Amino acid sequence: MNYIWIFLILISFIFGLINGTMQEVVSALLTSMKQAVTIAFSLIGIMAFWLGIMNIAKNSGLIEAFSKFIAPVVRFIFKDFKKDDPAISSIALNFTANALGLANAATPFGIKAMEEMQKNNEDKERATNGMCTFLAMNTAGFQLVPTSVLAILTASGAKNPTEIILPAIMVTTIAFISAIIISKIFERVFR
Amino acid sequence: MTEILNTISILIIPTLISIILIFGMIKKVDCYANFTEGAKEGFNIAVRIIPYLVAIMTAVAMLRASGAIEWLANALCSPLEALQIPADSLILMITRSLSGSATLGIFSDIVNTSGVDSYAAKLSAVIVGSSETTFYVLAVYFGSIGIKKMRHAVLTGILADLIGIIAAIFICRAVFL
Repeated sequence: MNYIWIFLILISFIFGLINGTMQEVVSALLTSMKQAVTIAFSLIGIMAFWLGIMNIAKNSGLIEAFSKFIAPVVRFIFKDFKKDDPAISSIALNFTANALGLANAATPFGIKAMEEMQKNNEDKERATNGMCTFLAMNTAGFQLVPTSVLAILTASGAKNPTEIILPAIMVTTIAFISAIIISKIFERVFR
Repeated sequence: MTEILNTISILIIPTLISIILIFGMIKKVDCYANFTEGAKEGFNIAVRIIPYLVAIMTAVAMLRASGAIEWLANALCSPLEALQIPADSLILMITRSLSGSATLGIFSDIVNTSGVDSYAAKLSAVIVGSSETTFYVLAVYFGSIGIKKMRHAVLTGILADLIGIIAAIFICRAVFL
């Protein structure tokens, strides 16, 4: 990430010089700083709400029941998890929310899962294999209902907006499975 | 079909919340107290990810403003001509992993300029609807728990995005052209 970050910034400046867009680059820098904080602040409400709801589900035993039900599937992908690992239910909820196109709810569940995995992590600054696999699942962005795209297509008066769903599901499945496989291969290479 | 999907997606959240609340009530859990207790953490998490969001969002915003993405799209346009990718869709593919809001902006532009039922719009819709903003996800999830060494997560994310784009190009060509 270090080199990618440096690369992105330096490339922007180089192209800014060549294309004469330096003015735009600098103003993009100034506005995006504010934008990042705006986004983080808009996450406060979303996070608070879903973490609150999650806490009810946790203390009523609902999460535990759900975990038992879903654990075999999750542990098929996350081989080094224990049977009652608390991360299991958070991962399952995150996956379900993503699949249904509920990005708002998926993020708090996902962060909860990361926190659970961090508890068993020996080096707190270094990602575990499980975290990398989980991130692979999320960056691949598996979804069955692409809500935002459908909304734009419908609003623009597409003849048949739902015709993109099946191809999108095929693509998202391919990307999702590849991501998990690639992550499993790389975890042996990048120790 | 669209209506059924809309109804389902509207009903999911109320259903989920109702199940959790009713289950809590049956188990005699103080739902209100538990909600506020859990919600407290929301603020801390959001504040914790600010440095990571600032780092990635400024870099991506500058890259977009510099015109580097258009340059790359132009450079790729002729070697990829045989794949019949519309130029605007190519820009969208490059932007997809970097910025979610920019991607939706480009997608709306494509729908407006090329027409909602054009191949460019359909291909772009499939790409947007089948992927995630990889760099945002990495920044938020790793940032929330302070991970600095991401190991192979970045490379995995980029490779999977690439595979998704290639799959989208071929599947859309088969389905829509």
